[in-house]
Amino acid sequence: MHFNSVSTLKTALEQKRISSLELTQLFLNRIQKYDRQVNSYITVTAEKAISSAKLADARRAKGDTAPLLGMPIAQKDIFCTDGVRTSCASRMLDNFIAPYDATLVQKTQAAGMVMLGKTNMDEFAMGSSNETSFYGAVQNPFDIERVPGGSSGGSAAAVAAGLAPIATGTDTGGSIRQPAALCNLTGLKPTYGRISRFGMIAFASSLDQGGPMGRTAEDCALLMNVISGFDERDSTSVNEAVPDFTAHLNAPLKGLKIGLPKEFFTDALNPEMAKLIHDAAKVLEKEGAILKEISLAKSALSVPAYYILASAECSSNLSRFDGVRYGHRAENPKDLLELYCASRAEGFGKEVKRRIMMGTYALSTGYYDAYYVKAQQIRRLIFNDFNNAFSEVDVILGPTTPEIAFKKGEKAADPITMYLSDIYTIAANLAGIPALSMPGGFLQNLPIGVQLMAPIFQEAKLLNIAHRYQQNTDWHTRTPKHFAE
Amino acid sequence: MALTAEDVKKIALLARIKTDDATIPALVTELSKMVTLVETISQEDTHGIDPLSHPLDLELRLREDNITEQPDREKLQQLAPQTESGLYLVPAVIE
Repeated sequence: MHFNSVSTLKTALEQKRISSLELTQLFLNRIQKYDRQVNSYITVTAEKAISSAKLADARRAKGDTAPLLGMPIAQKDIFCTDGVRTSCASRMLDNFIAPYDATLVQKTQAAGMVMLGKTNMDEFAMGSSNETSFYGAVQNPFDIERVPGGSSGGSAAAVAAGLAPIATGTDTGGSIRQPAALCNLTGLKPTYGRISRFGMIAFASSLDQGGPMGRTAEDCALLMNVISGFDERDSTSVNEAVPDFTAHLNAPLKGLKIGLPKEFFTDALNPEMAKLIHDAAKVLEKEGAILKEISLAKSALSVPAYYILASAECSSNLSRFDGVRYGHRAENPKDLLELYCASRAEGFGKEVKRRIMMGTYALSTGYYDAYYVKAQQIRRLIFNDFNNAFSEVDVILGPTTPEIAFKKGEKAADPITMYLSDIYTIAANLAGIPALSMPGGFLQNLPIGVQLMAPIFQEAKLLNIAHRYQQNTDWHTRTPKHFAE
Repeated sequence: MALTAEDVKKIALLARIKTDDATIPALVTELSKMVTLVETISQEDTHGIDPLSHPLDLELRLREDNITEQPDREKLQQLAPQTESGLYLVPAVIE
């Protein structure tokens, strides 16, 4: 049962073959049994989960038919949860009990979903391997010597190991899609502004976006229906009608134009991986789609532009952590400056400090135009690239990552090689468009991800394509043997 | 571009992050690598290109200047390392 999709579990709950309490207990038991090996949760909220499950069962008994009523979910520990520690995987917030719920959390609660706990992640979402967490690295359930990806690595590993049926993630440069790819899940980064960022701890505000991570496209669609929508408490939230994301999952793909960017299929991509990506495109071609080579000429500039914009925005966002109002405070500072500097030096990990310092440098007097403004101009060029591409094709298909899950420690020594893990995912964040990763096969017994990108607000199209693909393939049903029992 | 130890010390102070002499050399190397990476964009001609700040090119919304919720001071201050009579305590700023 633990590897069932949310849509299957939903039917079981509706037909009263299982109660929410039983289902919740099943996952809590598995967390207790397995999570010492995976380290996918920072905080397990067992008591809270049991009372929410009882409440959901009571709602159902009274005739409530909310679609995800009683469904367990794991929340990335970047979303504020009232009365529950919200650490962002940082020592800085190790003692932080959020005083309110993020809008996304509120929405899942109102829908009757049951939070199992808060998942591990790279500290402040800065990383691609989940090795920068203050609470230790997360293991990839398909090979515990390897990373699950990041920054939403705990969410990915929890679902992959059957320790949650679905989870939330956030994606600033690939943090939903890359771990989804490395853990054989479907993960969707929605359009910027589609899902409220209120109560989601900010990393790079012009790029951050929350989204679902599940076993199937259908599961992601079900969760999207719950978490999407305008929020006046988030000034960047977009007031755009929210469709029923499950309504057109089965729409035929006949005549769909799919672009394959030639810049995504160079020597940087593992050739065996390239073959699997092409195989996935052929499955969609058989379904009636038309494949076409396209060009995203400026895509090579997305990594450097991103590391200016994201670092600059993080340096200002993280200036709020000062050891005064909340979070870690150094002991016995001699003056106010020492209080700030020592609290931040002790509270932040290495990667976070590097990025804050990079951003501080980029924003400092005399450098602003050469770095930040220049990167915003590059951002426009990348945005234009996509606009041109979408005048020729409906969606874009390519790899999610350049390689399979790497070994723990392999890239930790050199931050730059780690940054290049996101070469195919960053452009979608810069352009604000929705992008999805879906399971597309295995290399050396490790999963690989196929990425799809669409014009703004066309998440339903991506979910439709991924769903049709999943009707014709069974990669997404493969689960790690070690966690079968 | 290679940064110097002095550059890094200055950036660390601006960023309000305490460094010690032992950690500076590694930071110099790592930050120099990052700067080299990001500087590759300087070769791209962006003359006349409008900077893009919001990916959907939208203006941020404004709202009426009304009080919509009252903060619960006690609840918020429970999170603070040190408070007294509803105030946040820090080391003396004025002698």
